[in-house]
Amino acid sequence: MSETTHSPGMVGRPSGSSAGSNGRGSLGKLLGQLVRQRESTVFVIAVASFIGFWLANSSFVGKASLSDTFNNTFPAIIIIALGEVLLLICGEIDLSVGFMVGFTPFMTYFLTTYYHVPALLAILIGLLLGVVVGWVNGFLTVTVGLPSFITTLGTGFVLWGVMLYTSHAEPVAPVPPSLARYGSWIGGGNKYSWLIWAVVLTVIFHILLTRTRWGLHTVSVGGNLLGSQEAGISVARIKYGNFMFTGVLGALVGLQTMYYVNTIDPNSASYTPMFNAVTAAVIGGTAMLGGSGTIVGAFFGAIVLANLSTGFAIEGVSANLLYVIDGAAILIAMVANVQLARLRERGGR
Amino acid sequence: MSEAATHTGDVLRVEHISKNYGAVTALTDVSLHLGKGEILGLIGDNGAGKSTLLKILCGFQQPSAGQIYLDGQPVMFKSVDHARSLGIDAVYQDLAMVNQLTIYQNMFLNREKVRGLLLNNRAMRREAREHLDEMGVRIPDINSPVAKLSGGQRQAVAVARSVFSNPKILLLDEPLAAMGVKEGAIILDLVTRLKQQGEVSIIIIAHNYGQVLQVCDRVNMIQDGRITIDKRSSETSAEELTEIVVAEYRKALEERQRST
Repeated sequence: MSETTHSPGMVGRPSGSSAGSNGRGSLGKLLGQLVRQRESTVFVIAVASFIGFWLANSSFVGKASLSDTFNNTFPAIIIIALGEVLLLICGEIDLSVGFMVGFTPFMTYFLTTYYHVPALLAILIGLLLGVVVGWVNGFLTVTVGLPSFITTLGTGFVLWGVMLYTSHAEPVAPVPPSLARYGSWIGGGNKYSWLIWAVVLTVIFHILLTRTRWGLHTVSVGGNLLGSQEAGISVARIKYGNFMFTGVLGALVGLQTMYYVNTIDPNSASYTPMFNAVTAAVIGGTAMLGGSGTIVGAFFGAIVLANLSTGFAIEGVSANLLYVIDGAAILIAMVANVQLARLRERGGR
Repeated sequence: MSEAATHTGDVLRVEHISKNYGAVTALTDVSLHLGKGEILGLIGDNGAGKSTLLKILCGFQQPSAGQIYLDGQPVMFKSVDHARSLGIDAVYQDLAMVNQLTIYQNMFLNREKVRGLLLNNRAMRREAREHLDEMGVRIPDINSPVAKLSGGQRQAVAVARSVFSNPKILLLDEPLAAMGVKEGAIILDLVTRLKQQGEVSIIIIAHNYGQVLQVCDRVNMIQDGRITIDKRSSETSAEELTEIVVAEYRKALEERQRST
């Protein structure tokens, strides 16, 4: 029967065969298909959490709150999640990317301030460092053969240490004028530029995953490693590439965070950006074990997390308690996802 | 040990190939040949060297010594891609399909049709359907994930996929493994159809002699890394081949008992 949920190539498209839809109206058919679409669950949660917080406190949809949710928290999560989705699908994970977020701004800052590198070039080098770290993660994982969980745990600590050592763990504020010039279009400004980056990158990565050979081979490598090798797919190329995507996306989020808070902050480096991104991916339906996942799901997953973050903050929940609520909400979302997947499977037969 | 005369028109000739993994010898000395349009059954017990030979023939591994000739020309397969570009394609038992991808995505895996940077799904769907129809493989829905297919259907799709690229030589690894009679018939029908077309030469690797003999022109038996028997299918029987393997096993067992 129709189960488009397992075929990323069919994302967002009504399936050819209609499972048990006889006698029901077109609305019923549409609903049936929605339930069977993996992203629909998280879409509903995203909308419900938004409406819920809105009803609880109307300042949730105030200008400042909306900006906080959609021009800061959400884009920071989804942009990194784009890389993590690809990595998870091909059977890997990058735990180091959160430290890239703190590493890149400092390196860019050092280059402009101490080495007098032109700001634009320094920014490019900062992004390139993401590619390099991604390559190193790929090298240690694919070529040396370490599990990526271990590889990226190690590279993450190295990035963290280098950043803390070179910066003496002291923040720099404000961002020097030479660097600050590019802030508005890199995405740190207050005019929803970061959100625009997030949406544009989401569209690009969605197309990459569902409409190109790269995306198909990413699914293939995660779904059947040996079979993919035997079909002649270069597994190493796919995995290196997806590590490099994740690295550069982490570097980009680092620069965007720097511009948004107008501070080069050592505290921006932590496991949190990675954890949020992986969570968004997983509640969006990406399998931790590889072989399936969607960008669209991660997009709504990131909205859910951003809603929770802003919503609970408005409710006056203390930042420390917020971790508990966040964690519990994430677990509930994941359990719901697993349960619905089972339900779908039963209904799809 | 009997060896049929080598034909000059052979598509594939393998001469004195050996393969060692460190101190372990997987293939001692293998020579075989395959005529155009011929179907050769390669049989032998587990661990006799069938899979090693297959891996070498499809370019997945390189031999330690020996020479492979393709249409009389000496060749050295550097990779699976390279062997495939020379017209050799392998279908592995159950391994090659990606469950999460659809039938047509699997059929075009790593040779996808593209328009610019994007996949041309419409063309791939149409061609996959036409191709399967042509080969008499009946599949309910080209868009359904491979996970939904039965073992026989999966194998049939895998074979059809290989035939797709017009290979000169098709290597089938245990195409009937873990399959019922009815399921196996799907594959045997497919091979028979290919034989009638006469375009492709096939090596079938199997340890189920009975069914394989139905479709093969000739069988080679591999034992302890060597080809020990080379007979036309019409000159042998499943009983005879089984007897040889069992005799070999008894001899080995007796030797072991004597030595302890």
